[in-house]
Amino acid sequence: MSSATDTHSEHDTESHGLSDLGYIKIAIFLAVITAVEVVFSYTQEQLGAAFLPGLLILMGVKFFMVLLYFMHLKFDSKLFSLMFYIGMGLAVGCYAVFLATMHFFHS
Amino acid sequence: MADTAVHDDTHAAHDDHAAHHTSTGLSNNKLAMWMFLGSECLLFGGLISTYMLYRGRHSANLGPDQVWDIPFTSASSFVLLMSSLTMVLAVSSAHRKDDRNTKVWLSVTALLGALFVAGQVYEFTTFYREGLGFTTSLFSSSFYTLTGFHGVHVTVGIIMLMSLSGMISRNKVPGDKAETVELFGLYWHFVDVVWILIFTLVYLIPA
Repeated sequence: MSSATDTHSEHDTESHGLSDLGYIKIAIFLAVITAVEVVFSYTQEQLGAAFLPGLLILMGVKFFMVLLYFMHLKFDSKLFSLMFYIGMGLAVGCYAVFLATMHFFHS
Repeated sequence: MADTAVHDDTHAAHDDHAAHHTSTGLSNNKLAMWMFLGSECLLFGGLISTYMLYRGRHSANLGPDQVWDIPFTSASSFVLLMSSLTMVLAVSSAHRKDDRNTKVWLSVTALLGALFVAGQVYEFTTFYREGLGFTTSLFSSSFYTLTGFHGVHVTVGIIMLMSLSGMISRNKVPGDKAETVELFGLYWHFVDVVWILIFTLVYLIPA
């Protein structure tokens, strides 16, 4: 009986993502990245050219950590990922062109 | 042998529960939610782009560098980030069919969301008192529109979470309870994901 429960529990974890402890570890990691971002914003003069790319990379890491683990995209069907990434890709492409048209990237 | 039989039954019951009678074999509700969230990217993409374009269009003494309170906004961001953790714990409890903990985590998530919205109201009030109204400059209009739309999304999320908690208490959740909690969770995490972008692009990168 216990073996059935164990198997069920493993199956649940596999289909629905991480264990509760795993989610807590990810939340701590995200909080640490947020703190690093804030430190970045106060030390931009010292960081120089690394400031903007560094901040954008940290933002990207947080974005995809929530998307892949908290929203279970890593564990779910690829069709769900496709639905979201189509919208996200359209938005990024469309507004990158919009901003380029307005000479945003020249300033 | 008996163990194996029980295991097979349990597994089969789980498979029945997980199987969706659709042409894709996936839940149409979940697919629709992901499509909705994809379309929301276009809404927030437009608002963020407009803000990025107009963030330098303000008077000399009422720009982002003068009004932002980074420590306060960082604390708000932390609160919203933690609400994502409590939401995922609610989803996890729902999958274990633990209604009591599901309700507790949903309520904690709603509470943290309310704290975030309260922080936003306080921030808007402070900015307004400093002279930054909605029509003061293109910067202020685009800032209030972007963060206001996000705040409305959080508020709608809080109402949804409280309603869901009430429905679970009355045992009136239609269909698969765990999937319903998961759908609400997807919406909530999306609101958090959008704030991750806003926090960096609007608050941390200087104009």
